[in-house]
Amino acid sequence: MSSDAIAIQTAEAAGRPWVATLHEWVTTVDHKRLGVLYILYALFFLVIGGIEATIIRVQLMRPHNDFVSPQVFNRLFTMHGTTMIFFVAMPILFGFANYLVPLMIGARDMAFPRLNAFSFWLTAFGGLLLYFSLLGGNGLYGAGNAPDVGWWAYAPLASRAFSPGHSSDYWTIALLASGFGSIATAINIIATIVSMRCPGMTLSRMPLLAWMNLVMSGMVLLAISPLSAAQIMLLVDRYLGGHFFDTQAGGSATLWMHFFWIFGHPEVYVLIIPCFAFASEIIPVFSRKPIFGYPVMVGATVCIGFVSMSVWAHHMFTIGMNSYANSFFTITTMAVGVPTGIKIFNWLGTMWGGKIQFRTPMLFCIGFLFQFLIAGLTGIMLASSPFDWQLGGSYFVVAHFHYVIVGGILFALFGAFYYWYPKITGRMLNESLGKLHFWLFVIGFHLTFDLMHIPGVLGMPRRIYTYEPGRGWDTLNYLVTIGAFVQGIATLVFVANLVISYFKGAKAGNDPWDAWTLEWSASSPPPVYNFASLPTVSSRRPLWDLKHPEDPDSRYE
Amino acid sequence: MSTIATPLREAPLDWILPYRGKVGMACLIIAESAIFTIFVVAYLFYVGKSLTGPTPREVLETPIFYTICLLSSSLTIHFAGKFLERGKRGAFLSLWLLTIVLGGLFMYGTGQEWHRLIYEHGLTISTNLFGTTYYSLVGLHAFHVTAGLIMLSIVLLFGLAGRVGPERFRHVDVLSLYWHFVDAVWVVVFTVVYVLGR
Repeated sequence: MSSDAIAIQTAEAAGRPWVATLHEWVTTVDHKRLGVLYILYALFFLVIGGIEATIIRVQLMRPHNDFVSPQVFNRLFTMHGTTMIFFVAMPILFGFANYLVPLMIGARDMAFPRLNAFSFWLTAFGGLLLYFSLLGGNGLYGAGNAPDVGWWAYAPLASRAFSPGHSSDYWTIALLASGFGSIATAINIIATIVSMRCPGMTLSRMPLLAWMNLVMSGMVLLAISPLSAAQIMLLVDRYLGGHFFDTQAGGSATLWMHFFWIFGHPEVYVLIIPCFAFASEIIPVFSRKPIFGYPVMVGATVCIGFVSMSVWAHHMFTIGMNSYANSFFTITTMAVGVPTGIKIFNWLGTMWGGKIQFRTPMLFCIGFLFQFLIAGLTGIMLASSPFDWQLGGSYFVVAHFHYVIVGGILFALFGAFYYWYPKITGRMLNESLGKLHFWLFVIGFHLTFDLMHIPGVLGMPRRIYTYEPGRGWDTLNYLVTIGAFVQGIATLVFVANLVISYFKGAKAGNDPWDAWTLEWSASSPPPVYNFASLPTVSSRRPLWDLKHPEDPDSRYE
Repeated sequence: MSTIATPLREAPLDWILPYRGKVGMACLIIAESAIFTIFVVAYLFYVGKSLTGPTPREVLETPIFYTICLLSSSLTIHFAGKFLERGKRGAFLSLWLLTIVLGGLFMYGTGQEWHRLIYEHGLTISTNLFGTTYYSLVGLHAFHVTAGLIMLSIVLLFGLAGRVGPERFRHVDVLSLYWHFVDAVWVVVFTVVYVLGR
């Protein structure tokens, strides 16, 4: 965009009433604006979920603490889990997918722009419904209440008899609404990638981010739908007197667990695969090398997509399945480590011999690599059913999955923020604040989640609101809580960086990282129509071809 | 504009990608299949596990006529689409109307069966596990038929207003894909409820 055009736009923006701007944002069907809405919405809930986590940690800081009551503690961990998975991780990843996929495949928008807006607002109202339970959970009794059945809402805990009032219903309907939103977004992403690629963008030339979001969306179709089905059954039980999960009438509590985890485990991969995508875009650019083993990367992603659909019952070893089921799920769970390992080697292979630039996005990706590896290793430990009988339901499990979600997903997400913030806002994030954020977060993360494994091994169960002194857990829990605060401070540095850089950051230009994918050929931020004329590509790195006409990639394809 | 010009090279003329509506509907069908699978699994898991009666063997009657109605509506909608593609609007509209009538007959059959089960046999969704799983699975399918009938009727209204021509073929085709799916699901539901479940 020329400077004149920018000046005119700013003048227009300054002269317009805020209601008009608000109206424009609320009614938008532009994939970039919806992406930003998703991301802001998720950041808002990240703060709420983070505050809940901090309160949980303060309660567990020392034995016999009474910072919150047991009832409030149950609500806190339920709301923390539900919020972080459904209203932080999912929307933030959909936000990035929304923003980046059309730009990277050279399209002007998603396949169904209005459906896109519809999905966002479904998700948004889902989150509001969940938190409205604080006011409306007890209905006309007047007292506030929030769901306290855990984020998995095991039967019969979630039945009318044990969860009176409406708190569980708010939980169910919130997840149902946001689930339909997620399915619609997944449909949209797949249709965009299949039908909207620019000329020359064959599947084998598509950026890995698009590939991985394609696989992720396919998994959303197969994983979120069972959850929606199970939620409908729970509603039938709670409102129409059905007996799906009613053991008094011959129903099965185990069936709910199966239905929940058929969703629950693929969900982990739904969340981590877009993070693989971020790493696969960021690591090559900061290693100044093309990605190592592109076809293997694609194959491994598809393989993870398939295998991870058949591992769910490793969440259920402790309920007492037969030995065939135990063996099957042990083997499949360990098998999913193979394609994941291939990916880690490919990223290392990309960095190997590269001219690595340790900018903030790259730092977060390297953190992601190491931490995700450790998270995967404790995952392999828990995949072994005898080991799981010992440690299932302990703080070891809590440490393991937070290692995946914080050490893996959140680190890659932070990397993505530092990498694409210039594209979205037109300004660079501050590099010093970024490095401070990174190191503080690394210290806080390892203080919290490395140490959290140990009380688990020493026998500290999950979901307890307090514990006896003198079991060897006291000091560890104290340090874990301090780590949580360090992470909190690091997050504040990040938020400050987002805000300060938006107003004061250095101007980014179109292509601040000297990158190779199509989004960097548009202006920052891109115009509403993305591309004045639809681009044509002839290799995996269209911008490399453009910058190096003497030695284009297309020559080697 | 961007400082780097957009790479404009030989634009391949034969760059044709699948129609997005069809891809979207295919994805919706995959998601819906997953939902139905869970309900079918629940139905099969609970066959014979009800603690009280009535049992499927006692009360269910195989709805052969209405099944034929629904399945043949797949044929009528298919040929309706073909006629639309060839620009024969009259044939399209009459076959489309026939599809709606056949779907409506099927819904009437379901309604009659439910009425009989509720008023003659006292089977409701809260009676026993059979009631819970039966009404949920068949009801979920009936809900999809109803949604399909509403969409078909909208197309019919537009068609009667003369707004559906051959240029709309691709859109109508997406809807008929959904209708085929609803029919295919009925084959599964029929097999599970009326054949295996008894």
